Amino acid sequence: MHDIWRGLMEAGRLVVTLDADLYEIIGLSLRVTLSAVLVASLVGLPLGAWLAVNRFRHRRLAVATLNALMGLPPVVVGLFVYLLLSRSGPLGMLGLLFTPGAMIIAQAIIVTPLIASIAHQAIRELWAEYHDLLISMNATRGQRMRTLLWDGRRALLTAMLAGFGRAIGEVGAIMIVGGSIEHSTRVLTTAIALETSKGNFEFALGLGLVLIGLALAVNLLIHGLGRTERGSTW
Amino acid sequence: MTPGLSLRFSLRFSRAGRLAALVALLFALLGFAAAAGAGTGAGNGAGNGTGTLRMAVTTSFENSGLSHVLLPRIKADTGIEVQLIVVGTGQALRLGAAGDVDAVLVHARAAEEKFLAAGHGTHRREIMYNDFVLIGPRDDPAGAAGASSATDALLRVRAARAPFVSRGDDSGTNKKELALWKAAGVGTPSGGWYRPVGAGMGAALNVASGMNAYVLSDRASWLKFANKGDLALLYSGDPVLFNQYAYIPVNPARHPDVKSALAARLEDWLTSDRARELIDGYRLDGERLFTFNARP
Repeated sequence: MHDIWRGLMEAGRLVVTLDADLYEIIGLSLRVTLSAVLVASLVGLPLGAWLAVNRFRHRRLAVATLNALMGLPPVVVGLFVYLLLSRSGPLGMLGLLFTPGAMIIAQAIIVTPLIASIAHQAIRELWAEYHDLLISMNATRGQRMRTLLWDGRRALLTAMLAGFGRAIGEVGAIMIVGGSIEHSTRVLTTAIALETSKGNFEFALGLGLVLIGLALAVNLLIHGLGRTERGSTW
Repeated sequence: MTPGLSLRFSLRFSRAGRLAALVALLFALLGFAAAAGAGTGAGNGAGNGTGTLRMAVTTSFENSGLSHVLLPRIKADTGIEVQLIVVGTGQALRLGAAGDVDAVLVHARAAEEKFLAAGHGTHRREIMYNDFVLIGPRDDPAGAAGASSATDALLRVRAARAPFVSRGDDSGTNKKELALWKAAGVGTPSGGWYRPVGAGMGAALNVASGMNAYVLSDRASWLKFANKGDLALLYSGDPVLFNQYAYIPVNPARHPDVKSALAARLEDWLTSDRARELIDGYRLDGERLFTFNARP
């Protein structure tokens, strides 16, 4: 309990003293994770909607696969992306390894199935409700998907926030492809892992609390903005 | 288009303001993040030009704190910004073999020579050494503190079936430990008392601290380790425990992207009198950790 209390104090001290290194790693954490969620949403949301409104032969298998991929072990994704981006790998010439770009790719792969799966779930329910209306209006497939994506936007925002939550706390993959290089690719989670390995538990816990605070702030900001404007209908 | 859909579309436009606000917020956040990470971004840009060199190093080098003394001086003296990828020796050599780093600084002679024989590196240059120490519970149930040699100390732990945490991660420390068991004539131990954790030095020390077990550590990681609990340094000093660090530039013939000119300049610095001063002068809790032994 004593250690936890000291961790809290440490978190407070870190934030209040405007520690420059801390703000650097917070900035990089946000930049990597928000970019990854953006990329994953551009792929995952349409994919979820497409799966919801289309009937095809192996649909059940596709959905089951998508759900299973939600549990992708980050370390395996990290290793896979490392092998792709390594100088000796197929995409080595891009020189992306040990850069934030590589970390964004790894996190995007990890959260895309999660976002697509939650989006699919939400849109399938909405589709059951809208099915007759949209069919009777003779809406094209694209129009159906756009309508469902728009009307289900609140659930989709939740999907994106879930993706953000998984990505911001992820450590296994970005450790491998980012290398946790000081002042270059070190983010909150890899810094926490490093401090823990040094036995600096209070500092590690302080960073952990900063991470939770950051996630909370992003969630509140987005929800707040979504709700406060024009009140009720969201 | 049907009236229903056009109504829907007009609704969409009437709500576009909110959407725009959300998008703007997202971009603002991204912009903030990008600005906050600007130094980082610049660092990466430089990664493709001159001045930045990537070196895979072992955890002990980083955890000892020596890197924090050396890197700023290297930057000041040579203009080279060294980016450290901190991993175990096994992974460090893999990164070197793949051409993902420009040089490696590791401590596992046999593996280094295999690395060179395979043509992955140009040459091996000894830089400095530190030593391994046997850590264990303060009350020392195995009596390792009174051992006559490093192998004797390990055999005492084995005879007492006292819990022993092994790195088990193919790192330099792990290789040294296995070599010691082999030298003691017992091969790789097995049994409930012997616990390979497959983790870095710090993590292994945390485990040992948690279960009050024996563990082989490099002296630097041990001194710097903040969660010692009931553990204490029990045995050290046997010459077989010396831990030689060697610098190996990655072979540019294999990997044309490797910055071999920078790697050569870094080698010059690491073997210079300036490096000798800093390495020999580095103290932790009043103890000297590393001994410079590069030959000019």
